[in-house]
Amino acid sequence: MAQITLSKLQHSYYPNPKTPDDYALKEIDLDWEDGGAYALLGPSGCGKSTLLNIISGLLDPSEGQVLFDGKDVTGLPPDQRNIAQVFQFPVIYDTMTVFNNLAFPLRNRGLNEDAVKQRVEEIAHMLELDTMLDSRAAGLSPDNKQKISMGRGLVRKDVNVVMFDEPLTVIDPHLKWKLRSKLKELHQRVRATMIYVTHDQTEALTFADQVVVMNDGQIVQIGTPVELFERPAHTFVGHFIGSPGMNVLPCDVNQGMAFFHGHSIRLEGAIDSTGTGTGTGKTEIGIRPEYVSLSDKGLEATIRKVADVGRHNVVDAMVGDTLVKAVVNGVVPAQGETVHLSFDPAKTRLYRDGWIATQAQGATP
Amino acid sequence: MKKPYQKAWFFVLPVLLLVAFNALIPMMTVVNYSVQETFGNNLFFWEGLGWFEKLLHSERFHAALGRQFLFTAIILAIEVPLGIIIALSMPRSGFWVPVCLVTMALPMLIPWNVVGAMWNIFTLPDIGLLGYLMNHTLGIAYDMTQNPFAAWATIIVMDVWHWTSLVVLLSYAGLVSIPDAYYQAAKIDGASNWAVFRYIQLPKMKQVLTIAILLRFMDSFNIYTEVFVLTGGGPGNSTTLLSIDLVKIALGQFDLGPAAAMSLIYFAITLFVSWLFYTLMTKDDTN
Repeated sequence: MAQITLSKLQHSYYPNPKTPDDYALKEIDLDWEDGGAYALLGPSGCGKSTLLNIISGLLDPSEGQVLFDGKDVTGLPPDQRNIAQVFQFPVIYDTMTVFNNLAFPLRNRGLNEDAVKQRVEEIAHMLELDTMLDSRAAGLSPDNKQKISMGRGLVRKDVNVVMFDEPLTVIDPHLKWKLRSKLKELHQRVRATMIYVTHDQTEALTFADQVVVMNDGQIVQIGTPVELFERPAHTFVGHFIGSPGMNVLPCDVNQGMAFFHGHSIRLEGAIDSTGTGTGTGKTEIGIRPEYVSLSDKGLEATIRKVADVGRHNVVDAMVGDTLVKAVVNGVVPAQGETVHLSFDPAKTRLYRDGWIATQAQGATP
Repeated sequence: MKKPYQKAWFFVLPVLLLVAFNALIPMMTVVNYSVQETFGNNLFFWEGLGWFEKLLHSERFHAALGRQFLFTAIILAIEVPLGIIIALSMPRSGFWVPVCLVTMALPMLIPWNVVGAMWNIFTLPDIGLLGYLMNHTLGIAYDMTQNPFAAWATIIVMDVWHWTSLVVLLSYAGLVSIPDAYYQAAKIDGASNWAVFRYIQLPKMKQVLTIAILLRFMDSFNIYTEVFVLTGGGPGNSTTLLSIDLVKIALGQFDLGPAAAMSLIYFAITLFVSWLFYTLMTKDDTN
């Protein structure tokens, strides 16, 4: 087990990258703590798998270094990094039995047969594969095949990190839930560092202690699921996490105040004049639909649509030509009705060029 | 009980007619010949299973059959591993893929009698490129019209040259269909190159290889044109394979009855070996 450090990592699939757009990964500095359960979340094509393949050694980064416990492993092939990786589609050795599949990584490393047997039986028991150890792996169902793939990742005791690359894609929905909690349970038992790549927020938020959100080759925010939900550092995180996502409303800033359609909007704190939020870029207000409520006074809006999603209703309200979504419990307005919206000031933030630009409540200016 | 739907039989009828005219009816005439004796003038005498009995005890037939099995065994033993090795070393992507594929396909595009004629000229001791090189430059006596060993070496090399490509192309198709994740997983599992071949590539190629071996078995077991044009079955009878012997009996000696019996036995052997091989190879997949 080890702490993994990515230092000034960049990768391009072009031989001579020129513009920043040529890079699949743009300058990544990141520490993965030993024993953590991480999720790497982002839309398809944002560079998640590239990052994973660089950590595992399947891909050489164009620039930068990968360090395991401070030791540079950038030039080492996968088998010498002592890592495990589980892929999107189950990879099993067709001609072997389940037992031999699980034993394969151990035997390749010259472990004696007694130790192999003990270890394989232990892992098979954890994954509930014990009853099928002697059957041919080729004939099994997809979820059992993926369990074997996972088992091969977990069977070695001393791995530095186990990486999962969207491992539940081919699994039936009702089994997904089971396997995901199984993984969580396994993490608590084996305490290896685990990185779980996914574009599904539910998977990420249920599995991980820390979620790393990526977009367009960059890391946008790292935090616990609660932090990501409560205070997104970027409008992308706000929009990507949550259902429906955060409202991102274009606004004007004048003398330290935010104005949306002529109304002054109270924010959580003072607008930053330093750091990432400075400059004259485009400004937006971010507020989650959960914190928008209907009231007697405030922003005037027309109801366009009401959707009952079970636990609550999602109301689409139009302020001028801007759509604001609100989560409403109880009595809902009818379509076409005029209502007034109010935003919870503690949850209302200003974003400049996408990045958060208000100080958190209670922060000393 | 509900009457089963019978109209489907009409849809099978065209295929049935086609098979009848191109396989069943010609074969039945052969069956007809095989139990009779003729001396010409369209006069036939009943012979029963006599021809079959004589043939199965005939040394000439045993010798031709032995040569045929030997030839097929040798070319399979060379072409299958060689084809796999070539397929493994071919690039999987990029500019060279089409170049390799077209180059590989070229020998198969040449008509069989042209292949025979080409190799005949190629190996002539005094004017052929290979023949001249062997005899006059390297000083190795090589004349496939005189020496049985040279004749065998030539027909084998010719068949390898002509047909290894088939194994290559089929194996290659099997190889490119293996997802990258398998190779990546194998790397992470610390598998050696041999293990990658044994546990990933070979199992994934199994189905196409079954077809490749089956096709090569049938084709080589029935080979006629190339060998006939190249050696004519000689020197002596050394390269008289089953098909060449059959044509000698049927059209050279005009022994229609024995030739028909031989055809049927020949067909039965090809069919039986193909069936046996295919059943053995696909046995694991069904259960």
